[in-house]
Amino acid sequence: MPNNETHFGAPRSRVDGRLKVTGAAKYAGEFIAPDLAHGYVVSGAIAKGRIAAIDTAEAEKVPGVLRIFTHRNRPTTAWLNRSYRDAVAPPGAPFRPLYDENIVYSGQPVALVVAESFEAARDAAALVRVTYESAPHETNLRNRLAEAYVPPKERAGIDPPPNPRGDAGAAYAAAPAKVESGYHVAPEHHNPMEPHASTVVWEGDGKLIIHDKIQGAQNTHDYVTSVFSLPQKDVRVLSPFVGGAFGSGLRPQYQLFLAVMASLELKRSVRVVLTRDQMFTFGYRPDTIQTLALGANPDGRLQAIRHEAIAGTSPFEDYQEVVVNWSGLAYHCDNVDLKYRLAKIDTYTPLDMRAPGAPLGMFALESGMDELAHALKLDPLELRLRNYAEMDQNTGKQFSSKELRAAYQLGAERFGWARRNPAPRSMREGHELIGWGMATGVWEAGMQQASARATLTADGRLEVATATADIGTGTYTILTQIGADAFGLRMEDVTARIGDSSLPASPIEGGSWTAASAGSAVQAACYAVRETLFRYARRMENSPLANADSDHVLFAEGRIALLNDPSRFVTIADAMRAGGVDRIEQEETTAPDKGALSRFSPYTHAAVFVEVRVDEELGAVRVTRVVDAIAAGRIINPKTARSQIIGGVVFGLGMALTEESMLDHRLGRFMNHNLAEYHVPANADIREIDVLFVEEDENRTNPLGVKGLGEIGIVGTAAAVANAVFHATGKRIRELPITIDKLLD
Amino acid sequence: MIRFSYSRPGAVGEAVQAVQADAGAKFIAGGTNLVDLMKYDVERPRRLVDVGALPGLDRIEEADGGLRIGALVTNSALAYDARIEQRYPLLARAILSGASPQLRNAATTGGNLLQRTRCYYFYDTGTPCNKREPGTGCPAINGVNRIHAILGTSEHCIATHPSDMCVALAALEATVEVTGPQGERSIAFADFHRLPGEHPEIDTTLAPDEIITAVRLPPQGFATHHTYLKLRDRQSYAFALVSVAAVLEMEGDTIREARLALGGVAHKPWRDPAAEALLRGGPATRERFAEAAALILQAARGYGDNSFKIELARRAIVRALSQAAAGTPQPVADKRIA
Repeated sequence: MPNNETHFGAPRSRVDGRLKVTGAAKYAGEFIAPDLAHGYVVSGAIAKGRIAAIDTAEAEKVPGVLRIFTHRNRPTTAWLNRSYRDAVAPPGAPFRPLYDENIVYSGQPVALVVAESFEAARDAAALVRVTYESAPHETNLRNRLAEAYVPPKERAGIDPPPNPRGDAGAAYAAAPAKVESGYHVAPEHHNPMEPHASTVVWEGDGKLIIHDKIQGAQNTHDYVTSVFSLPQKDVRVLSPFVGGAFGSGLRPQYQLFLAVMASLELKRSVRVVLTRDQMFTFGYRPDTIQTLALGANPDGRLQAIRHEAIAGTSPFEDYQEVVVNWSGLAYHCDNVDLKYRLAKIDTYTPLDMRAPGAPLGMFALESGMDELAHALKLDPLELRLRNYAEMDQNTGKQFSSKELRAAYQLGAERFGWARRNPAPRSMREGHELIGWGMATGVWEAGMQQASARATLTADGRLEVATATADIGTGTYTILTQIGADAFGLRMEDVTARIGDSSLPASPIEGGSWTAASAGSAVQAACYAVRETLFRYARRMENSPLANADSDHVLFAEGRIALLNDPSRFVTIADAMRAGGVDRIEQEETTAPDKGALSRFSPYTHAAVFVEVRVDEELGAVRVTRVVDAIAAGRIINPKTARSQIIGGVVFGLGMALTEESMLDHRLGRFMNHNLAEYHVPANADIREIDVLFVEEDENRTNPLGVKGLGEIGIVGTAAAVANAVFHATGKRIRELPITIDKLLD
Repeated sequence: MIRFSYSRPGAVGEAVQAVQADAGAKFIAGGTNLVDLMKYDVERPRRLVDVGALPGLDRIEEADGGLRIGALVTNSALAYDARIEQRYPLLARAILSGASPQLRNAATTGGNLLQRTRCYYFYDTGTPCNKREPGTGCPAINGVNRIHAILGTSEHCIATHPSDMCVALAALEATVEVTGPQGERSIAFADFHRLPGEHPEIDTTLAPDEIITAVRLPPQGFATHHTYLKLRDRQSYAFALVSVAAVLEMEGDTIREARLALGGVAHKPWRDPAAEALLRGGPATRERFAEAAALILQAARGYGDNSFKIELARRAIVRALSQAAAGTPQPVADKRIA
């Protein structure tokens, strides 16, 4: 049946926008329940050792305190490590809050105070006295490099580096032009606006409704039922709105465990909200130390790529992400050697943070490419075109689609790249040196299995439902568009329901795969309903569609009409009546096409161009202009899509210039744990960001032809800034963020 | 945060009595810093004496050719007051380069003087800190100290005073009017904040039972040759790595009067009489500015992460003096450094 495309591709405002800006949208920590008790977490002070004593006597005297949970009085939970493994857990033994007296990282929760009011809980928490016996710790990755190891067990969904191809060592040695350097990006924390929170509503008889900050309600559901051995049906998890997450909400966090534990023990509703400083006591973008070597011919053609990364992980889990593989993918090169290893430091396990791994690896690769272009006196964009990868050499597959060339061209035109004087320090205005830099971005265009339900009622209203999340990305809106187009409805006739573990199964919202996954499932469910309705319409007495086949009718304005004669139609209401129903509800499951994926590699691409102005004397950097040209298949909603890319670019600017979680290695503790001292970019840091989408026909890997946009905006941005800083100042900065001190000498 | 009692006296004398009677009492007005610190369990007052509604302290009045700023005048009201903008533009610009509009709307003049350091360790009760708990040590000295002091430090503390407004007030040589159990007294601005020395837990020379009632600005406002240059890790809502308030009185190309105050480098707004004397009577040249900067920084000491501040301060002083001499003060909204 042909599809109406009234909404698909049109710039629609967020359907949940009004709820959000008026405060009507409720977040996990805002739900109330009768008799709600409040938990406050006591955070540990040492990095490693054991709790020698916990004195709660004074705290217990605070009026309103109900219970103080510690490792000594916590209830028993599941025995096996695997019971604590959530959907995206890396290999290892997941952290268990209040498990025993051992301290394995600084900031570890050591007690939960539950009281009648938040204030009483916080008051009492300050009175809990913990005595520690410290053991030697190490949080400095540089001191653990000698013990780096290839993770013995791969993390599901994370490809290890491909086997070496060609002979990178010999090719590098023989290459006429070469660059080799080390790179480092500071650890970062996600810092979503909404802190992590769980409100557990005790429904009686061990039944729980849990409002959790999570990027996939079913991940929380499965974790809670597994850890606390609860029947599946007794737990329902809701997370209709998520106030930003950037990956921090992929895994259930310790406030969830603590809130559920307290609720089950006290048999009443309990809420636990983390403070901003406690937001620095779990996962983060891992400290990653890289070396990159590029060898090329005088014409710029790459002869050798060697890229190695060593990333920090916790003592208890082997977190892994894709850092170096991009170097075997982004450009054509026949001699490639990529290595990725881990080293254990005494922090919590790192956690996927927006485009996990990619902006790190691409910072090294794209800085190296810029350096090579400079050495060869080639335009940086020309160097990339000369090494354009026509196929995915890591796997030997064709790209499912790749319009990066068009992105380079469109972005360069919009930016005015052709006017660039290649000489560093060649542009200035007053005290400021001006620099132009560019970089390539690449991210996977994934799709996961997902299910969705569509319910059409005789009054021409549609509900689409799937257990995915909307972490600010626009998921509600695009699902509404997809549903509306299937039946030719208006946006306001369609309701999207998500963020509920009882809805049809959907993967966590991450990996930029939600549009392709949940979107395809919603469309499939709508199509199934459509086919049923069409069957009823044909069956109707004297049906004008009796002899029509489904390829020759179109849904529009509440009717099924003949394509070539819209005056012949059946209304939705009449078709339902003919079928003897007043609603049609169908559930469908869609999954990636394994056959197609065995032949094609789906990736999104970006060409990002940046202008910086650097005060020559004082080293202050301003990013005054960004053009990001994106090749990401079909764009469902240019308005929310643009917002996604802008958000990604801002994230990249933060990585480039301001964001850094600073560890005191003597204390083994992150120190700048607040939004005053951890510098996410402020409005004043952000100037013009121009987002362009190039036409890209993606018809191989998902039915919608989309690729996802949540992450591509960050990849390449930090490298483009660093390259622009080089062009402005002649200084090559290989350690991010590029703070004022790095440009002073 | 622990439980506390709360009272709201109707007069300055009552407020002073209330605090004098209880060693665990603290004044609160805008609360933009104290409430944060209470939530972090850093400040633990048993009693809050809310002075926010005391009558008569929210006015800016003419006084002896200068202005008398009531202690309860908010940072916003002060920065946007027409007399301040015209006669003391340095002060307006310094205020507007700090915090956010929401904070400036709540924060008061007196409270700004009394805000506490942003040292990471001071804020984190999971770590030692001599300022928070005397005698426990200063992990910042060998730790994460990007934002810490390079001048006037002690072996017990290398924290900085975070205010922008106070740097301008130091350059303008304001005086602080206070009332205590013994009555009223005035404190020269340079004497108001103290260096950490043996007692980093004490930030100012104000007695615990004294209350700030006003800040007085002398007649000379340096409205022609001034600048407030603030360098920071992001372009808004960040404390100064280094800031420089520079005011000059020029006679042709000759400097008649010069005052310099630095923020972000010490436990108090930093002034150096010798450097100012060096500038006085001399030409307004980069060479002379560099000499003054060298003099100010000759005793500076870096602690690792913050060592760059010495060179940054040197360059910032030269640039700020150049801006002031040229009569082209650093704009607040335009993030390009003039």
